[in-house]
Amino acid sequence: MAKILEFEEPIKELYDKIDQLKLLSKDGKIDLDSEINKIEKRAESLKKDIFSDLTPHQIVQIARHPNRPDTTSLARLICDRFTQLYGDRLYRDDPSIVGGIGMIGSQRIMLIGHQKGHDTKENIYRNFGMPHPEGYRKALRLMKLAEKFGIPIVTFIDTPGAYPGLEAEERGQAEAIARNLREMVGIKVPIVSFVIGEGGSGGALAIGVSDCIFMMQYSVYSVISPEGCASILFRDAKKSEDASKSLKLTAPDVVKLGVADSIIEEPLGGSHNNWEGTADSMKKHLLEILKSFIKKDPDTLIEDRYTKFRRIGSFISS
Amino acid sequence: MSILDWFDKKKKKVKSTDKLNIPGNLWLNCPKCSEVSFRKDLENNMMVCMSCGHHFRISPQQRIAYTFDTDSFDEHDGDLEPTDFLDFVDTEPYVKRIQKTKKKTDKCEAIVTGTAALNGKKVNVGIMDFSYMGGSMGAVVGEKLTRLIEKSVNDKLPVIVFTMSGGARMQEGIVSLMQMAKTSAALSRLNQERVLYISVLCDPTTGGTSASFAMLGDVQIAEPGALISFAGPRVIEQTIKQKLPAGFQRAEFLLEHGMVDMVVERKKLRDMLINIVSILDYNEDSYG
Repeated sequence: MAKILEFEEPIKELYDKIDQLKLLSKDGKIDLDSEINKIEKRAESLKKDIFSDLTPHQIVQIARHPNRPDTTSLARLICDRFTQLYGDRLYRDDPSIVGGIGMIGSQRIMLIGHQKGHDTKENIYRNFGMPHPEGYRKALRLMKLAEKFGIPIVTFIDTPGAYPGLEAEERGQAEAIARNLREMVGIKVPIVSFVIGEGGSGGALAIGVSDCIFMMQYSVYSVISPEGCASILFRDAKKSEDASKSLKLTAPDVVKLGVADSIIEEPLGGSHNNWEGTADSMKKHLLEILKSFIKKDPDTLIEDRYTKFRRIGSFISS
Repeated sequence: MSILDWFDKKKKKVKSTDKLNIPGNLWLNCPKCSEVSFRKDLENNMMVCMSCGHHFRISPQQRIAYTFDTDSFDEHDGDLEPTDFLDFVDTEPYVKRIQKTKKKTDKCEAIVTGTAALNGKKVNVGIMDFSYMGGSMGAVVGEKLTRLIEKSVNDKLPVIVFTMSGGARMQEGIVSLMQMAKTSAALSRLNQERVLYISVLCDPTTGGTSASFAMLGDVQIAEPGALISFAGPRVIEQTIKQKLPAGFQRAEFLLEHGMVDMVVERKKLRDMLINIVSILDYNEDSYG
């Protein structure tokens, strides 16, 4: 049973009504088609209304929706072939980050992304998409592999953050993230990132130092979770709604701040209601941007990547 | 000013005083062993507790005095100041917080950068300051550090950065997160140019600061007892619902786990830096 968010309930009520009417018209002699049609239209326009006026807090909820398409599912929908590769060659394979080689038509890609689950069991296995250092080290290993064979890198960002745990600290969570940031800047193949759900802090950035960053319409990207921000700065964990607003974490804000490059529209009602539609438009954007990188030589690519991050930040200078 | 104003001012001063913290106070007590020491004695001991060896948190000016050649420090970019580009409001607007912090600390940001001499050898230096908004990294810290590193990419002088920071500055949102990428990008260039970078990890170095430039030193030195971590101990305890072992995430723990090269007492740091620079700084021409 799909999870229904609070603000989606009026839409669901209408769809429930449509289902009931359809059932009635099936076994009865009454023709309810025009009635059903009317309600369907109403449901669509209600959906449009609700989704065109979401608060940052509501967008955070969509970004974290358990039915949102995950990295592996999107990889299989976008690629004609996708083969996963495992392990960091140092400690273990981290199921919170997946990666592998794939083909889209004649385009080769190395796809790496955070992996969340859709239910509790999956999420425990995937550690809710919160990687340990070995996840980041696996990601870097795969990026170097892609560089060696001249394959563009595509990353899918979807994590609450790097895992704050005892073993993660022992094995150097900070070092693993830091190293990825430094190494990604110098990778000699194009890197394209999609924030597909939750872009949580350093744990997200560690696979996000890219030439082009797309944000899905209802994804978020933030320095800290609204809950974390609320408890630290607002001194009240219940103020996460206010924090979502203050942090400017929605796609339009992140683009405005010069961090993300553009927004990919989601199917009406959000990606969690239409995985295929989501994958289709991601694929279209991906192929287009990869085409534009073909002409760039590695030095220009790296120079432009450097400049992209070098420019971010405002300050006063007297 | 009327005589009444004068009384008002006097009254306020007495009321707001935290006896153990105001500069000029004669006595200080050690946060670790509670030993009360004469401030002058502590200063003569580089702000290290005579009884238990605890390293007090100190200002950039103190670090410069303890580490580099006398009067050799030449500050860069001291005019950069933060701005509230997100119109961020938590318990108070960020713009107010900036004004208040400046008034309280008489500082413009959480880092001081410049060039100094280390036993006659020029080095580019960045020193973070925990007293300014917890040493948090926003656009100014990112920019000053990046300029410092880029300067070294050009003049090939070794870079020494003292880290002391709670992490990224939340009031600058995603832009503060991107300073991690920006500074690390600059370090990637420095690395390519084979210029020496020494990171001195001081108490505390956590979050976005540790997960970027702090952990990227060619040589990593930690001050004794410094808390160095990605996630703070409280967050971890809440996540795993367990008490953490003693000494977890302290400098000595990191040494044991292979995350730093050495733990060096403040008194011995200058000599150690001179030693490392003399061996690893490959460009002989830059001496003098």
